[in-house]
Amino acid sequence: MSAERAAAAPAPRRLSELARWEALIFLLIVGTMVLGSGLSDEFLTGDNFSFTSADMAEIALMALPLTLIVITAEIDLSVASILGLSSALMGELWVAGWPIEAIIPFCLLVGAVCGAFNAVLITRVGLPSLAVTIGTLTMYRGFALVVLGDAAVADFPESYTRYGFENVPGTIIPYPVALFGVLAIVFAVVLHKTKFGREIYAIGANQEAAFFSGVRVKRIKEILFVVSGIVAALAGVIMTLRLASARADYGTGFELTVVAAVVLGGVSIFGGKGSIVGVILALFLLGGIRSALTLGQISQEWVTIVTGALLIAAVLGPNLVQRAREARAHSRDRGRSARSGSLEHRPREKRGTDE
Amino acid sequence: MSRRDHGWLRTLFAIALASVFALAFVACGETRDDEDDGGGGTAAEGEANPEAEIPEGLEVVSIPKQLGNPYEEIEHDGVKEAIEELGGSHRYEGPTDAGASSQVPLINAAAQQGVDALIIAANDPNAVCPALDQARQRDVAIVAMDSDTAPECRSIFINQASSEDIGDTQIEMVCEQIEGCEGEIAILSATPNATNQNTWIEFMEEELEENEKYANLELVEIAYGNDDDQKSFQETQGLLQAYPDLKGIIAPTTVGIAAAARYICGSPYEGKVVVTGLGTPNQMRKFVKSGCVEEFALWNPADVGYLAGHAAANLAAGRITGAEGETFEAGRLGEYEIGENGEVILGPPTRFNQDNIDDFDF
Repeated sequence: MSAERAAAAPAPRRLSELARWEALIFLLIVGTMVLGSGLSDEFLTGDNFSFTSADMAEIALMALPLTLIVITAEIDLSVASILGLSSALMGELWVAGWPIEAIIPFCLLVGAVCGAFNAVLITRVGLPSLAVTIGTLTMYRGFALVVLGDAAVADFPESYTRYGFENVPGTIIPYPVALFGVLAIVFAVVLHKTKFGREIYAIGANQEAAFFSGVRVKRIKEILFVVSGIVAALAGVIMTLRLASARADYGTGFELTVVAAVVLGGVSIFGGKGSIVGVILALFLLGGIRSALTLGQISQEWVTIVTGALLIAAVLGPNLVQRAREARAHSRDRGRSARSGSLEHRPREKRGTDE
Repeated sequence: MSRRDHGWLRTLFAIALASVFALAFVACGETRDDEDDGGGGTAAEGEANPEAEIPEGLEVVSIPKQLGNPYEEIEHDGVKEAIEELGGSHRYEGPTDAGASSQVPLINAAAQQGVDALIIAANDPNAVCPALDQARQRDVAIVAMDSDTAPECRSIFINQASSEDIGDTQIEMVCEQIEGCEGEIAILSATPNATNQNTWIEFMEEELEENEKYANLELVEIAYGNDDDQKSFQETQGLLQAYPDLKGIIAPTTVGIAAAARYICGSPYEGKVVVTGLGTPNQMRKFVKSGCVEEFALWNPADVGYLAGHAAANLAAGRITGAEGETFEAGRLGEYEIGENGEVILGPPTRFNQDNIDDFDF
């Protein structure tokens, strides 16, 4: 194997791997569809699409920026708490007499500030994002409880709350899901079509190499965390409208489902790999499974068990494939040069030596 | 081959896929809706017709706050008993966490399946409302029990007992059990913001203040065991150390009373400090049998469910609408009248002591 080929190999391989992953998720979705329509006549209906997708809307929204963040090999676990804080603020400000038109931008602004705080700790102070966002996960939830406490605010006018659960007229698509659709296209274009998107992949593949190639690593991460905060706050606004009441404890535990969707969507938790399409497919799969089992009158415990099992498979699967491939490459290389052998090991120590 | 081309392809692929899904759903949706239009007929709203028959093949779903809570399982066994008595079928489907929004998908599913009635113990009074409203639009009769929703989202609420009765009964029990009905008492509650417990405690405080009978009882502290066995146990210990003259502990929570009894029974405090409050017979049986706990109270959860089941069936049949003053038969429990705001009260709490505790198994 020539050095030239070894250097060219990773990119196409990653792409084909991804395509294969997406195909696999797609097959699983088809399987879920078959299973779901077998379990209940109600599964393949417009109503069910409306109900289930509205129910997944907040998670789906938060998964978009998180996909970009995970591709840079970072993580944001504070999203669900920002959602709660946004909902709590919305309730408190509504009680204080603010108009909705002012409340929503303010909530998004607070979301941006929360995201910026995460970003500063991660990029300027240099703390690991896992630790920072576990910290702010509790902190932002704490703020939410300080703002609204155990109370609920439920007197939002229906002229607003209907946007939380009603369908866009003439379709089966609830408003929040339509919003998700628009944002998904924006995120997909940014990630897959722009320089900014390519820089995101570059950071995830090799942060130092990206830095020395002129990518503004810190700035990009800051933008991503701020966007994540804004979208999480938006999800909080939507959840408040959808459930027609504001609460500080909304979305508790959602961060795990969001991470699950991202990982299941084929985004590598080590960064550098993944696509918006994969994550959208994973969201379809998670929603489909949830709905199929619920309509099939299968206990909710099984929904969590199946989701958990899928997640493990999502992390384990590519890992095993990778190992098998390495083992094969290793035995193939044994007879050849020791140099290309060491190159083959590169993907496992991703931030290693190849700048 | 650049990443760029694939990025575009993937985006297009996603959009195409989403459209296919959407179209598939639309197509199926139309036919389903057409079929559904013919059904219905078990309106929960409108005129009550006391002569109406309970619909054949009555289908009822009950949704607890969370799966795996034995108390709620007994309640829902009560629902099952009532529904099966009436020749219907009953299903029990709950969320795995008690989050405000986690019951919504289950409500939606029940509405889609076109069940006749839905019985719910709400995790949040308001967050379930949009979903319940949608279910009601599809002629699903809505009954809340145990933990109410906002009144406009359900037709009937089955209340285990009036909060005032619950508060007063506990004060009465502690007074009867403390010699001379005088001295210091403490309350061991659940969490500081537990709505139920706080309401009952308010009524207890009011009763202590206003009723002459209790002039010599002094409430010295309200401790919070957070409905956690270990924490409640430690709080009991704390109360006894802080107030050496303490004469009684009222625990208006099943976790609290069991932890308090476990600490006191067998310790030097046994016989000196009274433990009472709200508990379940199975939890408290050994303490009552040993004579350490004299009497405690609770409503019978099976009866709460049984009453809710009958209310739901009557509502689905159109015999009642949930308006104040309507009456309905609830099998072995007899006739009930619907009160203000669609509330039906099961009755005063049942007291459990050595004479009757073996009649109950929950």
